[in-house]
Amino acid sequence: MEQQKQSNRLVDLFTTGPLRVAVSFVVPVVTFLALRWSFIFMRDSEASKFLIGLVAIIVGVFGVWIVFIVTDDLVSRLPIGIRERVRPFAFVGPAMVILFAYLVYPTIHTLILSFRDAKSENWAKQFGLENYIFALTDPKMLIVLRNNVLWLIFVTALSVGMGLVIAVMVDRIGRWEPVAKSIIFLPMAISAVGASVIWKFVYYYQPPGRNQTGLLNAIVVALGNDPVGWLLQRPWNNFFLIIVYVWMLTGFCLVVLSAAVKGVPGELLEAARIDGANEVRIFFSVIIPYIRGTLITITTTVLIMVLKVFDIVFVMTSGQHNTEVIANRMYAEMFKFRHFGRGSALAMILLVAVTPVMIYNIRSFREARR
Amino acid sequence: MSVSTKTKQSTGGDKLRAILSAAPMRIVLLIICFIWTLPTVGLFISSFRPPADLQRSGWWTVLTHPFEASLWTVQNYVDVITADFMGDAFLNSLLVTIPSVVIPITIAAFAAYAFAWLEFPGRNLFFVIVVGLMVVPLQMALIPMLRLYTRYDLNGTYLGVWLAHTGFGLPLAVYLLYGYISTLPGEIVESAHIDGASPFTTFTRLILPLSVPVIASFAIFQFLWVWNDLIVALVFLGTKREVYIVSTRLAELVGQRGQDWHVLTAGAFITMIIPLIIFFSLQRFFVRGLTAGSVKG
Repeated sequence: MEQQKQSNRLVDLFTTGPLRVAVSFVVPVVTFLALRWSFIFMRDSEASKFLIGLVAIIVGVFGVWIVFIVTDDLVSRLPIGIRERVRPFAFVGPAMVILFAYLVYPTIHTLILSFRDAKSENWAKQFGLENYIFALTDPKMLIVLRNNVLWLIFVTALSVGMGLVIAVMVDRIGRWEPVAKSIIFLPMAISAVGASVIWKFVYYYQPPGRNQTGLLNAIVVALGNDPVGWLLQRPWNNFFLIIVYVWMLTGFCLVVLSAAVKGVPGELLEAARIDGANEVRIFFSVIIPYIRGTLITITTTVLIMVLKVFDIVFVMTSGQHNTEVIANRMYAEMFKFRHFGRGSALAMILLVAVTPVMIYNIRSFREARR
Repeated sequence: MSVSTKTKQSTGGDKLRAILSAAPMRIVLLIICFIWTLPTVGLFISSFRPPADLQRSGWWTVLTHPFEASLWTVQNYVDVITADFMGDAFLNSLLVTIPSVVIPITIAAFAAYAFAWLEFPGRNLFFVIVVGLMVVPLQMALIPMLRLYTRYDLNGTYLGVWLAHTGFGLPLAVYLLYGYISTLPGEIVESAHIDGASPFTTFTRLILPLSVPVIASFAIFQFLWVWNDLIVALVFLGTKREVYIVSTRLAELVGQRGQDWHVLTAGAFITMIIPLIIFFSLQRFFVRGLTAGSVKG
């Protein structure tokens, strides 16, 4: 207590009198300069990796706190009447600034760019719709769009479907349930890049006659067939990529749906059994209707995730052999061809696709508030 | 002290029936789990095999005589960490990821507190914007931000990628933290105000400590998201040696040395080691975090 009072007195020394004015100017300026210097240091320094790393972590972690502390300090020096009216903005301000800088402004800018030509010097031809017409009619783009539809349908159907079936099964195996769930959930923890390497190894192809070191081709050859270049077979190669994402997402669907399946009241299942329904009938007529809400949510979530799939295609085929999807095509338009207009139009297609979900989220949030 | 008597839920006959009906389920699940782990196990075993063996025979061949020392090596890891710079990439990954978790959480926690407990004009509108932005694909930001970054020399800097991850993670972070902070008991928050605590002190001394569970869940989600991310690092950090992270480095190795499985298998495991540690040590938070975070745009 006594100590705290003393330190308060020390603080008072700086918060009253002439020092106060000086402090309120000096602190923010020094903070700003220090942060600025450290960013320049991290960018240009030839110092050892370790030192730069240390500065990076300290600045990254404490910098944001210092900004809030200094801002709040400044607000506290305002006249008492407006102080509390300004304060909330010191709290939400940084979040809103970053959201506008990184999401709102770019979305508007992307929209505008999508109506400009490749180098964004002029408005695009065909009333500014050139990029969209390209995106929706070019033969190569049609394959890209087809692939995205394949991904959306098959990844979603397979991962949600298998997740649901396994969720019902896993509910009945007793103490091994957590182990089974962990094993199937594990691929969700690793990166899509890592998963792609794992599966590239499974699909690895050696010409006939040589020892197959890829698991799948070894099985195929052991069964007396010729090895298959899984990632070269159009259009089936898309399905072999799709399997990778199914492998990653099934565990996620399983965990979410398992919680919902456990929520189905035991009496309901018991009643159905007494009425003579078999397990298949119970699955379709009792469990699925009961967990419909969760099922819809998880399906939407997976659809949104699959829509933006990028890493797997990038690592496994780099979009060759007709496996490109929208996000990969957009990346190629950006970096390979510098066609910012086309890239922006592709991004807009992704945005339009998620808009219904966005509207739904806002609506249900508003209703929940009422 | 009262002793509650547990009523037995199932009789002996029920139990027997349950075990019998569970048997086929167990077998099917066992097969599924086997198939699910096989690819990862194959990669893991391969990463410890000498390069020449990897070219010559499948990884399953070692299972017949697993205790022969000449079949195993850690040289792949040594090589990929030093000669292929996976070690540098690992350090860079940490430098990118840690601030990319702390910054959005801090900013989001302040904002969520203000949304939940402070009055200000535009509060509802701002929050609706946050909810709407949650599913906006980050692809929307790539082209404009890349151009801005180029103009302001932020390309390939840590600050640039921290802020990008902060921007893309914020809507979800604010939404999740708001959901939790707004349900804290009002009396506690108000009594702090009455005791004369400033909003800042209320936040740091009261709100933050109470919000640890939701912060932990989001932190794990965001950590794994950033650690596993490829596209944000590819666009804003690039693949120069000073700044590549494990995912961009591994993707590059796949392109450059697609046949050298001793490099790729060991490299892949280096990218996975931290996620796997988190997975096995913090599984409950992990599941909660990933489930809550899956709606991220």
